[in-house]
Amino acid sequence: MNFSDYFVLWVGGLLTLMIFSFLYRDNPFYKFAEHLFVGVSAAYWMVVGFWTTFIPNLIGSIYPPSVSWFTANPEEARTVIASLYDQMWYWRYGRIVPLILGCMLLTRLAPKASWMSRWPMAFIIGYAAGTNLTRYLQSDFVAQIKATLVPLIVFNEAGFSLGETISNIVIVFGVLSALVYFFFSKEHKGWFGGTARVGIWVLMVAFGAAFGYTVMARISLLIGRMNFLGSWLGSVF
Amino acid sequence: MRREIPLFITFIIGTALVVALFIPHEPFRELDHQFSVWFDIIAVFAFILGGGNLLRVHVDRITRKHPDRIYSMVTIVGFLGTLLIGLFKFGGDPGLTGNYIAQGTWFKVVYDAFFVPLGATMFSLLAFFVASASYRAFRAKTREATILLIAAFIILVGRTPLGYYLTFWLPEPLQFLHIPNLSSWIMSVPNLAGQRAIMIGIALGIIATSLKLILGIERSYLGQEK
Repeated sequence: MNFSDYFVLWVGGLLTLMIFSFLYRDNPFYKFAEHLFVGVSAAYWMVVGFWTTFIPNLIGSIYPPSVSWFTANPEEARTVIASLYDQMWYWRYGRIVPLILGCMLLTRLAPKASWMSRWPMAFIIGYAAGTNLTRYLQSDFVAQIKATLVPLIVFNEAGFSLGETISNIVIVFGVLSALVYFFFSKEHKGWFGGTARVGIWVLMVAFGAAFGYTVMARISLLIGRMNFLGSWLGSVF
Repeated sequence: MRREIPLFITFIIGTALVVALFIPHEPFRELDHQFSVWFDIIAVFAFILGGGNLLRVHVDRITRKHPDRIYSMVTIVGFLGTLLIGLFKFGGDPGLTGNYIAQGTWFKVVYDAFFVPLGATMFSLLAFFVASASYRAFRAKTREATILLIAAFIILVGRTPLGYYLTFWLPEPLQFLHIPNLSSWIMSVPNLAGQRAIMIGIALGIIATSLKLILGIERSYLGQEK
């Protein structure tokens, strides 16, 4: 192991212990690690955004020769520059618009000029509304309804399939009853209330499954950290 | 005009993206792609805004001599250090030509030594809080709570070797009661039904909200000021 490997192992190990110290109670070591995490992660995402989006999609698009400033391989740079010049000129120079909108977004830091940040906010909201409307309409509404329309009596190659029949009945009536529970324009009484009650049970199974899955995911992360601590301590002793 | 122009921008962008779904030809198809790139570029500025705000809050805490100002200094040092190392690609290829997160760069070391262990440990800490939440949730006081408890228990045990050893001896006709099989069935049938109903409900809500935003009925994102 070289110096940087030791550095990663020791710093990672000490920071892991600092975070776990919160299990005893809030303390200066935990606060140190927590504040460090906030600073490092904010800068990390800024750097990633800068090198993966800002440089190639903005600077590179407006001024393609700039690609060679940030690429070690001249051949790769030439290919990227050629592909950028293939784009229509108005789309390339059109990238000035998000540059201006992005600068306007920063006016939020100056209270007197903060009204200017409404323009980029309007773009973000419009984009999110436009994409979410079509995306959710296709994948979470139409596609889910379509997937629920399954045969209630299933015959496969071996003949009548009791298992698949029960599963399909549970899916169709489970979805319908849970949707009835979400329908608040009619009072939950009589057969409607009974169906809504079944809907609650279906939702409880879904919540229980989600809860169990989350616990498993967190525990596997915990095991990963314990393994890391084990390898760190193994390198020390 | 301070409110009308943003409403107009939202309407044009939102409508163009909806039209692009129904008319997937030029110029709408290209417009859809370009807007997505524009959105990503503006998102980078949002990160810069977030970083600026973070600095402002913590510098303010230091100047006001807040009791926890020492930790604010830790945040600022961590933030500025990582930012400079990442932007100037220290330790990599000469100048700015290398990959910013290539093996051997200082940014990669910061990622491995600080970002990964801190993030993973923060989330693994939740395992303990989830355990205490389980204690409260796993008290079968009502019929609904009992159903939740049974479903969660079967999923938890069914994904571990314990679940296998508890019921592996069951005869072939009763194999559907074998805990790993039961766990898979719960995940793919009743859980699917519940999740699907939730997804349909959420989709309806998002579609309605998106329409209200595009048509300018919902304006709360503009704030109260004129």
